[in-house]
Amino acid sequence: MSAISVALTGNPNTGKSTIFNELTGARQKIGNWPGVTVDKKVGVIEYKDRKISVVDLPGTYSINARSQEEKIVSDYFNENKPDIVVNIIDASNIARNLFLTVQLMEQNIPLIINLNMMDEAKRHGIKIDEQKLEKMFGMPVTNTVGRSNKSVRTLLDVFTNTRMANYQPSEIFKQHIERINAIKASGEPQEKIDEEIITARYDFIDKVMAEAVTVSAADTTLTDKLDSYLANGVTALIIMVAMFYLLFQIAFEWIGQPLADELGGWFEETLAPAATEAMAEAGVADWMQSLVSDGIIVGVGSVLSFVPLIFTLFLCLSFLDGTGYMARVAFVLDPIMRRVGLTGKSIMPLIMGYGCGVPAIMGARALDTHKDRMISILITPFLTCSAKVPIIALFAAMFFPDNVANVVFAMYIVGLATAIIMAKVLGHTVFQEKQSTFLLELPPYRMPDIKTVLLETWDKGKGYLIKAGTIIFAMSVAIWFLSSFNSDGMTDEMDKSYLASIGSATSVLFAPQGFDTWEAGAAVVTGIMAKEAVVSTIGILYGADEDAVDVDDADSTAEVLNATGMATAFTPLAALAFMVFTQLYSPCVTALGTIKKEAQSWKWMGFAFVYTCAVAWIASLLVYQIGRLLGFE
Amino acid sequence: MKLTLKDTTAGMTVRIDEVGESALKQRLMTMGLIPGTRVEILNSAPMGDPIAIRIRSYNLALRKDDAANIKVSQV
Repeated sequence: MSAISVALTGNPNTGKSTIFNELTGARQKIGNWPGVTVDKKVGVIEYKDRKISVVDLPGTYSINARSQEEKIVSDYFNENKPDIVVNIIDASNIARNLFLTVQLMEQNIPLIINLNMMDEAKRHGIKIDEQKLEKMFGMPVTNTVGRSNKSVRTLLDVFTNTRMANYQPSEIFKQHIERINAIKASGEPQEKIDEEIITARYDFIDKVMAEAVTVSAADTTLTDKLDSYLANGVTALIIMVAMFYLLFQIAFEWIGQPLADELGGWFEETLAPAATEAMAEAGVADWMQSLVSDGIIVGVGSVLSFVPLIFTLFLCLSFLDGTGYMARVAFVLDPIMRRVGLTGKSIMPLIMGYGCGVPAIMGARALDTHKDRMISILITPFLTCSAKVPIIALFAAMFFPDNVANVVFAMYIVGLATAIIMAKVLGHTVFQEKQSTFLLELPPYRMPDIKTVLLETWDKGKGYLIKAGTIIFAMSVAIWFLSSFNSDGMTDEMDKSYLASIGSATSVLFAPQGFDTWEAGAAVVTGIMAKEAVVSTIGILYGADEDAVDVDDADSTAEVLNATGMATAFTPLAALAFMVFTQLYSPCVTALGTIKKEAQSWKWMGFAFVYTCAVAWIASLLVYQIGRLLGFE
Repeated sequence: MKLTLKDTTAGMTVRIDEVGESALKQRLMTMGLIPGTRVEILNSAPMGDPIAIRIRSYNLALRKDDAANIKVSQV
């Protein structure tokens, strides 16, 4: 059994990752924005007694090593000689896609040209003669329909049957190489040479197009019709806001939150009492019973019950990604982003920030200038990452039961508005460099591949699950310990525990914001470790109350906690101030560590911590004090 | 004065004459903006900038500041 190594390469938005997913079933990110696959993804398949290892290289337009992705691809080919290189081409966009093909072949890399999305090309009036294309390059040409599993599986036969050594570049391609060599030897300035080479490549592509491709005058495509609304003028902005509002309705009103309520109720009403009973029967020590029921089940449970909500949200975002709409979001928002000193492209890492700040901070690498990168990193912590969702979902359900979606939406806006304002402030004070540019492909709208959307949802959401099992588990044990012990040993009176001392010391800071209870103070402190811990802390501190566990008419975390002291500990206005504060304050320790790594400085990490806390403190102060002046409580 | 891509309006079709010197020049060329290439002007973002163009049967967005470096003539 001999092994075959295969590398997939191609432009962004060619369906390359979808093909990779179909081939390997591997878990990996895919989106319709350029540059989303930054890491090298590998999958191994067994087929006809052969072991086929497939690597999915990042999507790039060229291999000039100008961007992170281009460098990855060019380094890969410098260091590896895979048995088979498959160049995935979006058939409906063949002219530009062939640029990479030509450049790869100039580097003496033999490849299989795979025409993907042939169905779409046909609809656009593009006909490709595969035999002529094969003749023009001298390399084998295959085709796939991106979403058809069957057509992708035929690639496996191609992998096992093709001997790349049997293929040689065509005569006409050799002439192209000679022309390139002549340009290189011309002795002109490097810049001039590079430009002439680019022109020569498109000359060759034009020859290929004339020979092997017929483009009949296509009617206005669906993409153009949609774009005249979705990416045109102020209408596009209004539709975009409506689109995101709908997304929050789906996640918080229709599907995600109701499921979360069910699960939360089950933890509180079924699992916790059952565990207590089982342990009592088994004669487990009292402190152990308390640790499991009041600490772990309540703490981890209050976080786990939000899993349906998080997954619904990611599912919606991944779906939008797959349709190509996200590129329009960047396009439509560029005028705004530019005015605050960023580019529409920064919206991509920032949107990731709505999942988790850590990949968002790392994603800032892909931006063009140091200024773009630093500002993007420093404003990411203000965005509503998935770990903050439980906080606002819980508080909105408890204190604003009639307006849940509106309050949640408002919190997202608070985060976004703060991020925008701070970008502007940082751009005018700390980072003063000249403006950058914005160059972005707007891919055709496509029905996303469901398998790919699900894999991506799982990929993003599993981080939340892993955290619930590790950090949150540990934090729950720690919070339980701190809330059940003081210097005299174990205590039933939580308000005399270690945690109460820590919490009340912290809560002094929040007197002007109206939430100066020790429980809130403790939640703020644990939230720096992980934002999920805010809810699990509150769950343990209020939910551990004997009466709460017995509540049998409550069917959600919110309703269980409503029956506890929490309902009276916050006025609605104080709850709003608390939501604003937790929305904006310090990034979690994982995110802080990532900032340190990406900015390569402790100073920037410290700055990120101090300035976000200061901004959060002031914003929540304004909410509470102005709210009081307006007569709210 | 010579027409640039910046001066075009939606619905126009133009031909690229010259891509002017800028930090972006090689990237623009790599994306297929080569002298002689046909460009259709499509839609634009709120407040008219950036603009979307169709070139070599795909759509590309760029800012007007960068479009100002690209000399074109109407077809």
